[in-house]
Amino acid sequence: MDNENNAGEPESTGASRRAFLKQSSVLAAFALTPPVAVHAVEKGLDEKVAVAFEQQPLRVEINGVAQQLSVEPRVTLLDLLREQLNLTGTKKGCDHGQCGACTVHVDGQRVNSCLTLALTTEGSKVTTIEGLGSVEKLHPMQEAFIKHDGFQCGYCTPGQIMSAVACINEGHANSPDEVREYMSGNICRCGAYSNIVEAIMEVKSKGGRI
Amino acid sequence: MNPFQFTRANTPQAAVSAVSKETGAYFLAGGTNLIDLIKREVVIPERLVDINHLPLATIEETTSGIRIGAMAKNSAVADHELIKKHFPLLSMALNAGASAQLRNMATVGGNMMQRTRCPYFYDHSMPCNKRGPVQSGPSKGQPNGPAGCGAIGGVNRMHAIFGTSEKCIAVHPSDMCIALAALDATVNVTGPKGNRSIPFAEFHRLPGDAPQKDNTLLPGELILSVDVPKNECAKYAHYLKVRDRASYAFALVSVGVAVDMKGKTIQDIRLAMGGVAHKPWRLAEAERYLKGKEATIENFKQAATLAMQGAKGYGENEFKLTLAPNSIIEALQIATQTV
Repeated sequence: MDNENNAGEPESTGASRRAFLKQSSVLAAFALTPPVAVHAVEKGLDEKVAVAFEQQPLRVEINGVAQQLSVEPRVTLLDLLREQLNLTGTKKGCDHGQCGACTVHVDGQRVNSCLTLALTTEGSKVTTIEGLGSVEKLHPMQEAFIKHDGFQCGYCTPGQIMSAVACINEGHANSPDEVREYMSGNICRCGAYSNIVEAIMEVKSKGGRI
Repeated sequence: MNPFQFTRANTPQAAVSAVSKETGAYFLAGGTNLIDLIKREVVIPERLVDINHLPLATIEETTSGIRIGAMAKNSAVADHELIKKHFPLLSMALNAGASAQLRNMATVGGNMMQRTRCPYFYDHSMPCNKRGPVQSGPSKGQPNGPAGCGAIGGVNRMHAIFGTSEKCIAVHPSDMCIALAALDATVNVTGPKGNRSIPFAEFHRLPGDAPQKDNTLLPGELILSVDVPKNECAKYAHYLKVRDRASYAFALVSVGVAVDMKGKTIQDIRLAMGGVAHKPWRLAEAERYLKGKEATIENFKQAATLAMQGAKGYGENEFKLTLAPNSIIEALQIATQTV
């Protein structure tokens, strides 16, 4: 950024964006220009041109499907899943890493997708609740949550289940106390905790990775 | 979130170069604090330099101890056999912090770089001396909210009782850093002017007149690894964390203890406190007092009294003046198995 040139202008970011856009009709002639941008230039949609140019390519495998995407740097994995891929099973609770509703697996590790920038998952394998089981064949943890009534409103449930699966696979589900400690990143405002612990302990008792 | 540029760095040198050449460029590691700060517009970056692909995540034995790569995840360090065997205090402290998900994301370097959770720092409509100028966008260079310290005379239950200044009474929120301070770690960094090593005690700083500076890193410097030297204090160790709920909460007060005992005599001891200062608070006076003495409640009480010299409350946090010495005594009793 050129500080001095922008110092007197209240909308310096806007100014540099506009300067960039002035050249975009020229850029539109190049083959590498995203089609969305070319279309937007033709329609005079400045803002859309800017967004299209600010996007970066992202290759990521989501629930076993290889995806070639284009995302803005500021887009979180959570918003990518929900807004761009329509995978709305992953919930937005607090959006600040304090509730765990957005928990997904990245390369087998449970993470808060609200604090994960989508671009940092380049080359990774992401699993969401949609990729865990299917309507025809539920995952054992999903079955256990139903059996033990591990939810009331259900909003935290996808995050709880993703976290619970990882909790067992990490080897941190050896006692109810350990489960409570290692599931503390998933808040349930309905207070289904005791049933959630029972569900996890039952799945754990059957042994093995899940 | 405000828009920003995004660059992926393939080497530490490239990362340092990218962050050095523009103000408002930040290293992005696990992102568990930085992304939150960006969402709250406390940090408004021009560019994030993704360092997640740098080969800095190894944990290895060296001739003098263990070297932990800056990009090693908190969960990987906590569960590592070498760490559990030689530095159980570090493992316990890590597991006391955040949640399992966050520990899977957060890195060792990022944990050291995390900012205070003082609510005034996070709310840019409130006075705070710790927030620096806006780094990007229309208000670049302008103060990010009013100056002053909202916590002094305000809501300060979580705040510091040691090493405060008129400008800031925030605390450093890390548990891991309490253990690393107690264990005499060294931080290895690289930067525009080359490599250097910083003793852990000198890495974080007190607020003084410049509370916007949490640490002594120079602009563009990147943490590469942390060295933890061998000691004989692995057998008797404990990390006591007192907080508002049993898990997944920041410390009101925490105490890290590691002791080498022969019979009941303390040969060597490491003591540090969290939740009480702008940096991990090493209890050097108490350590000196206890060395060579018996592990008894009387000695622990005297050590706690020595440790509390100079402590000062600010109203709502005055309960820490009682909680802290009690926590020191309890942590010592648990660590030395003399409860």
